[in-house]
Amino acid sequence: MKRQIPLMLVLVFGMFLIFQYFIPHETSEKAYEFLLDWITIIGIFAMALAIWSLFRVTVAKVRTRKENWGYSIFTLVGLFSMMIFGWTAPNGEGWGWYFIFVLSVLMAIGMLVQTMSVKSGRGLWAGLMFVFLIIAVLIGIFDNAWSFHFMSAEPLENPMFRSFFDFVLMPILATTFSLLAFFIASAAYRAFRARNLLATLLLVSALIVMLRFNPYLTPIFGDYMARTSNWLMNVPNLAAQRAIVMGVGLGIVATALKVILGIERGYMGKG
Amino acid sequence: MKKTTYLLMAVISALFVLSWILKAGSLSGETDNYVIQGFLITFSAFLTLSVLSFLYADNPLYKFAEHLFVGVSAAFWMCMGFWTTIVQNLIPRLSDGLSSFFEVPPQPGDYNFFFFIPVILGILLLMRLSPKGGWISRWPLAFIIGTTAGLNFVRYLRSDFIKQISNTFVPLLGTEWQGIGHFFSNLDLSASGQLVTMAANWVIFLGVFCGLIYFYFSKEHKGAFGAASKVGIWVLMLTFGASFGYTVMGRISLLVGRITFLFRDWLEIIS
Repeated sequence: MKRQIPLMLVLVFGMFLIFQYFIPHETSEKAYEFLLDWITIIGIFAMALAIWSLFRVTVAKVRTRKENWGYSIFTLVGLFSMMIFGWTAPNGEGWGWYFIFVLSVLMAIGMLVQTMSVKSGRGLWAGLMFVFLIIAVLIGIFDNAWSFHFMSAEPLENPMFRSFFDFVLMPILATTFSLLAFFIASAAYRAFRARNLLATLLLVSALIVMLRFNPYLTPIFGDYMARTSNWLMNVPNLAAQRAIVMGVGLGIVATALKVILGIERGYMGKG
Repeated sequence: MKKTTYLLMAVISALFVLSWILKAGSLSGETDNYVIQGFLITFSAFLTLSVLSFLYADNPLYKFAEHLFVGVSAAFWMCMGFWTTIVQNLIPRLSDGLSSFFEVPPQPGDYNFFFFIPVILGILLLMRLSPKGGWISRWPLAFIIGTTAGLNFVRYLRSDFIKQISNTFVPLLGTEWQGIGHFFSNLDLSASGQLVTMAANWVIFLGVFCGLIYFYFSKEHKGAFGAASKVGIWVLMLTFGASFGYTVMGRISLLVGRITFLFRDWLEIIS
């Protein structure tokens, strides 16, 4: 029951998806679309599980005062702020007591975590938690400048929800990726020394691709650099990428077959 | 914490508040929400600098940005998943009553009984939280794994293997002979002249062939096989160089984006 049913499910659905490709019938295509939609829907439930897991791990880190536990508070702040923004929206131009409400909820959660963490003086923290909770509830009931939305997708238009995406999420993401430019440059210094033919080929093709849009080189080379770069990307690069992709494709197909036939069972864990 | 750390924190906080005030002041004529907007731009700049500070060493500011990102992004994708997948895609298919409750306009033919199955599977997935019934969550997991494996089996066999092989068999001797003059015309690398196209086709065919030989480790790379393998590694090196250059340019453009934000949107030094 614990292991046989999952193995059977994998075999049935895996085989169905493989054979479905060879049956170009309306019903078969409909079933294919159904299954794709089902995966997406189950994925959202998996995300809820992931959020709960993140919350549990973060709170446990704060409670046990593990190394760098203080930073976990910011994870909780980010998590709950964004959740509040994602389920609330202003009713008009003004914000009313909205930010006080957000702050009260965050403080109440903070006090709850603190109550769970400390061994003495729990009453004080629990009391403070109730005070902040009552403030949040009162604002939620009496402030008409904003409201909760659990049924219509208005929170997606909440300026704070969009702003947190534009001014918090994107800057961190873009800067983290841009950091790699520095690390790649330092790696390039070590890898690109033209010690032999292979290293020279690597160096030359990388330089041509990197310098193709350099405005200072255009008067010297014209658009020759851009053309050579395009040729490099479209011809030799395509050839080698194709050889790599074929190997990767075969690897994925072999792994998929191993999973479907029940040879690879790592996804079930122990027990 | 050390005394210097407290001092540094105080200086950074003071600079943050000063920047917020100045930014809000400069935005006061442009928008009504200048206080919030000023805060968001200052906070975004602070986060950008915090992440960039990792170039020096791992430090509290970077850790702060990192932890905040985890919380905000988890909640963001949770909210997006809820509103776009659960509310807009799933609810109208479950029942008309639920659809009107969630204020989602039902489309004719949307309702489908079979969409209760992924909901049940999703709930079973949440059983992972139960200490005794955790094994039930293997069923939806097996469904996802099986479906994805079957899907990938066909998809990658087609796109990464069969399609790549068929696209490698290109006309090596040209399509139709139109005279020597036409054959040697348009010799530019980016042109579509007959000789250039033919040479590109040869490079692609030999590049793929030799690249695959390089990855074939069941036979010793000696003689003609070794020579082909050597050509394969040359083509691979050209590709790695070109891909490296392309990645660096992508990262640099992200860095330029962040620097532009700092100097234009935050400090207003450039226009």
